[in-house]
Amino acid sequence: MEVLGFLADGILMALEPLNLMLILIGVSVGLFIGAMPGLGSVNGVAILLPVTFLVPPGSAIIFLAAIYYGAMYGGAISSVTLGIPGASTAVATTFDGRPLALQGRASLALVTAAIASFIGGSVANVLFTLFAPVLATLALSFGPPEIFALMLLAFATFVGLGGDDIAKTVFSICFGLVLASVGYDQISGAPRLVLLDISGFLHGIGFLVLAIGVYGIGEMLWTIEQTRGEVTTTTPRMTVSGMLADTKEALARGWKGTTIGSFLGFFVGVLPAAGATPGSLMSYGVAKMVSRAPETYGRGNPDGVAAPEAANNSASTGAMLPMLTLGIPGSPTTAILLGGMVIWGLVPGPRLFTTETEFVWGLIGSFYVSNLAALIINLAFIPLFVWMLRMPFTILAPMIFVLSITGGYAATRDMHDIWLIVIFGLGAFFLRKFDYPLAPAVLAIVLGPIAEPTLRQSLLLSSGDPSIFFTRPIAGPITVIALILIFLPALKYLRRRKPAAAE
Amino acid sequence: MHFTKRGFLGAAAAATLALAPLPALAQEWEPSRPIDFVIMAGPGGGADQIARFIQSVVEKNDMTSRPLVPNNKGGGSGAEALLHMSQVRDTDHTLLVTLNSFFTTPLRQEGLGIDVETFTPIAMMGVDPFVLWVHKDQGITSFDQFVEEVKAADGEWVMGGTGKGQEDSIVIAYMAGAYGLKIKYIPYDGGGAVAKDLAGRQVMATVNNPAEAKGFYDSGDFVPLLAFSDERMESYPDVPTLKEMGHDFSYYNQRAIVGPPGMSEEAASYYRDLFTRVYESEEWQSYLVSESLSPLWMDADGQRAYWQKQVENHRALLAQIDS
Repeated sequence: MEVLGFLADGILMALEPLNLMLILIGVSVGLFIGAMPGLGSVNGVAILLPVTFLVPPGSAIIFLAAIYYGAMYGGAISSVTLGIPGASTAVATTFDGRPLALQGRASLALVTAAIASFIGGSVANVLFTLFAPVLATLALSFGPPEIFALMLLAFATFVGLGGDDIAKTVFSICFGLVLASVGYDQISGAPRLVLLDISGFLHGIGFLVLAIGVYGIGEMLWTIEQTRGEVTTTTPRMTVSGMLADTKEALARGWKGTTIGSFLGFFVGVLPAAGATPGSLMSYGVAKMVSRAPETYGRGNPDGVAAPEAANNSASTGAMLPMLTLGIPGSPTTAILLGGMVIWGLVPGPRLFTTETEFVWGLIGSFYVSNLAALIINLAFIPLFVWMLRMPFTILAPMIFVLSITGGYAATRDMHDIWLIVIFGLGAFFLRKFDYPLAPAVLAIVLGPIAEPTLRQSLLLSSGDPSIFFTRPIAGPITVIALILIFLPALKYLRRRKPAAAE
Repeated sequence: MHFTKRGFLGAAAAATLALAPLPALAQEWEPSRPIDFVIMAGPGGGADQIARFIQSVVEKNDMTSRPLVPNNKGGGSGAEALLHMSQVRDTDHTLLVTLNSFFTTPLRQEGLGIDVETFTPIAMMGVDPFVLWVHKDQGITSFDQFVEEVKAADGEWVMGGTGKGQEDSIVIAYMAGAYGLKIKYIPYDGGGAVAKDLAGRQVMATVNNPAEAKGFYDSGDFVPLLAFSDERMESYPDVPTLKEMGHDFSYYNQRAIVGPPGMSEEAASYYRDLFTRVYESEEWQSYLVSESLSPLWMDADGQRAYWQKQVENHRALLAQIDS
């Protein structure tokens, strides 16, 4: 096969001393940038872009891609150990990673995250290598109606799952959607919901602001209240045999989530406009939906860690696909990489694959190498991160607070967002006391800004006729499945009511 | 990397200190902090690419003692960036990379209270022309044929763009008015998304800057039909202009660097000098050619006059769209 020849060349290129060194540095830098709350792969890549002039373009993109990759691994670290999402792509990891850590199983959560990331990355790399041109065509056939149908499906997975109180879930989604619509309307350009004319609301409420508020501050307050500050986060295992046992357990209890995340994440990543954050949230939702015990999600289920972690890695590889084959960014980070390609004198677009074979395959080869490097480096650091958890919570809590605040500030450099984080943190604490699930609100603030414009674009296309979502060959089936999932709980409820009434 | 660079600069500064006569030193203004390089669009679009390209030229040739730090503030068609500029405290360490929303946004959102003529002109790096594109599978090869097909579609002709009141919508509105075309206009959140949906044939035609469509043009997927430039473009010599067709209309996106209101004269002249060097650099000159930008260099007074003219033009154009 021709492709395998190209791939072999690419991997050999990635293993050249300069490139290999850049991969190791890039992955380590990415790991730490990803682990710092508020800083994600976007920041890392943007900050280090100018540095890449010192090396040839092929090596430059390998370096930046390694950062991107490392950040996907790193995001899980603070999500699990501190409960603050390290990057937007790792928010879903906190849902189950944090409870595991509180049960003294932080090492299990981190090992699961690392292994799921590795498998997700590997699956994505193979799919990328074999099917890139076909998938590029598929990505193009997703217009506004198809993307909206997909978003509807994502919401449906969160409503349709059992376990949680459905009315409260719907409330939480709606709350998130309202927050998502604050700021300038993309279609008409008019400002919306600008509370008290505060100019900070004009740029909208960032997803990280809500996530850091809810999971950083809110979680900290919750833990303090639950334990009166006397948390003993147990003594985690850190021996080699302990980690091997964790690995076994991670594979046994997280394989389902890993599988779902690997494939779904890749697919969502390939679609331009989506990226790794929606991919990881959707994978979490689907994993929970198909699970036989959905009520264990959110309480420390390894599948709940594996699904988003596998997804964010495979989505980040997926997002490279439209970038390389079409010259279209699939995520904010790839948008910056594309800019980089222009600076290095390459012309991104459909011809890149044929005219710059060496560049493209060198990059693809580097995915394989980076993935393995990231796994090893990550596993080596896990004991260090787990050790941090031995600190008493009275010391950890102020650290979490400071990291949340600085992380929130780093993302937008606006004090306005800091106040919002504090307010959301307090709000989340009280909502949690009343048993409101908050993950759906976070999902809504990520997907709302994608769903709303595509809904309106679709209706503009059809002159207001909603049948556009049912009549198109790809959008139709997705919409139908989504609607069934949304109404499934209502049907179940009615069926349960009937026998009760007959008695 | 920064440490060594700074160390080196420190040594260089010390050397200059020892050699140069003291009074000369006092006159030179230099940035003392990283420069907030505000972009009035999101990451990945045309303005963002240009900003990052400039940043890289500056970095590569070591032109400033402090780095330019790109800061995307694209909310509300750049309203967020304009507000940031007008409220910023450190006026000497803030710069804005503009497009034409610099003119249109304050006109469309009078509530912002922004008067762009109070901003400080720094440098006009070039202007970006617009081109009308269709997908090759649409089977259209000339503008005349385009007009016929649009008329035959009777209101079902779909074009994508970056939103009502944005640059491309102004061009489309003028074209539609001049030829009596009925067009269904779908707004997207950036030039990249528009090009993608033309490639996937979700929309039938677009008006884009050449840089945004170039990859698909090179691969033969996009066909340029009409240029909205004053003269035929060098890279697309066979594409007629709207002017040739007898309509006195041309439209460009300005790619300029602007300082906030109240920037000190010393700082402004430092930045003018800096961006003159960027402009004259080999990298920027070849970028102008490869991305089909037209040069339009002018001094500070020239830019002020240009702004005034543009504000007037846009006021008239927007009034046309809204009517």
